[in-house]
Amino acid sequence: MDSVRFDRTGAGTRVPLALKILIAGGFGAGKTTLVSALSEVRPLQTEEILTGAGADTDDISGVEGKSTTTVAMDFGRITINEDLQLYLFGTPGQDRFWFLWDELAFGALGAVVLADTRRLSDCFPSIDYFEQRGIPFVVGVNCFDGARQYDLATVRRALDLDPEVPVLLCDARDRQSGKLVLIGLVEHVARQRGEPVPVA
Amino acid sequence: MLAEPPRPHHEWLDDAAGPVVRPYTLTGGRVRSAADGFDLVAFILAGPQANAADPQLAPEHRRLVELTHRPVPVAELAAELDLAVGVVRVLLGDLLARGLIAVHEPLTASSIPDDDILKAVVSGLRAL
Ligand SMILES: Nc1nc2c(ncn2[C@@H]2O[C@H](COP(=O)(O)OP(=O)(O)OP(=O)(O)O)[C@@H](O)[C@H]2O)c(=O)[nH]1
Ligand SMILES: [Mg+2]
Repeated sequence: MDSVRFDRTGAGTRVPLALKILIAGGFGAGKTTLVSALSEVRPLQTEEILTGAGADTDDISGVEGKSTTTVAMDFGRITINEDLQLYLFGTPGQDRFWFLWDELAFGALGAVVLADTRRLSDCFPSIDYFEQRGIPFVVGVNCFDGARQYDLATVRRALDLDPEVPVLLCDARDRQSGKLVLIGLVEHVARQRGEPVPVA
Repeated sequence: MLAEPPRPHHEWLDDAAGPVVRPYTLTGGRVRSAADGFDLVAFILAGPQANAADPQLAPEHRRLVELTHRPVPVAELAAELDLAVGVVRVLLGDLLARGLIAVHEPLTASSIPDDDILKAVVSGLRAL
């Protein structure tokens, strides 16, 4: 597609444009499940190094092994066309990994916040994070079996969301369902920029 | 009875630390954050002069050269090598300093010039 920007290297190799989308939400909300359902490759993991409390500690020589751990992040890929790829990154659930969120969120197109209606408040920190940084997001209400069915208006009220933030029901295990959430996100991003994507 | 093969012993290493510490010995204790470049979705491409068989390169460097004969993003390289991203960034930095790779940092979302990209994403997703 000519309208899509890509780099042409000297040798004529086309370098695709990669867009980052974050999959966030509380512990056990279905982040890993959603990334796996959507990814065209086996879901991959990448690890980041945690050097004690320090986010930006660059030189860790001399640090004792035991105080050094890594945190795994799930990621998956969706190829839109030869010039355009989406990368989905599941955010680490625990608060002490906030500094990793900054790295993940840098330049991200937007985020999906998965909400588990049995523990709605677990996704408050994710919502706060994206609101504070002005990163567009949608809320995917993950329909776990046995969870009481809430209507979306109730969820929206409980989460105290801005009226323009889309709230969508989803099943994180289902590719089609996850796909609709991503489409909802990209359309939301387009609207935020005042460039709505026409409904096909 | 066969003696157990001698294990390398460092008093600052234990079994739990082993797999974590090894990459540091690889990089001399350096890690890099994304602030130094090499975004998770920056594409890396080996230059024409890069040779995966170069005996001057460490095995992990060679592996990176091998993998990047086509453009591959940093996150995928880390997954492929099974090394932490902070370590892979150091190794890539070494290769960059030798002029063996090119780095294509991604556009940040806010600098995407037009909405054609978003349209392409939506229609691509619909077609999945
Ligand atoms: N019924 C139902 N179960 C789900 C759904 N999504 C996830 N699960 C299950 O819920 C459990 C947790 O899902 P994960 O994808 O591991 O959640 P996570 O957000 O990655 O969890 P952490 O990484 O530990 O924070 C798994 O056993 C999933 O199979 C869903 O939409 N419906
Ligand atoms: Mg998970």
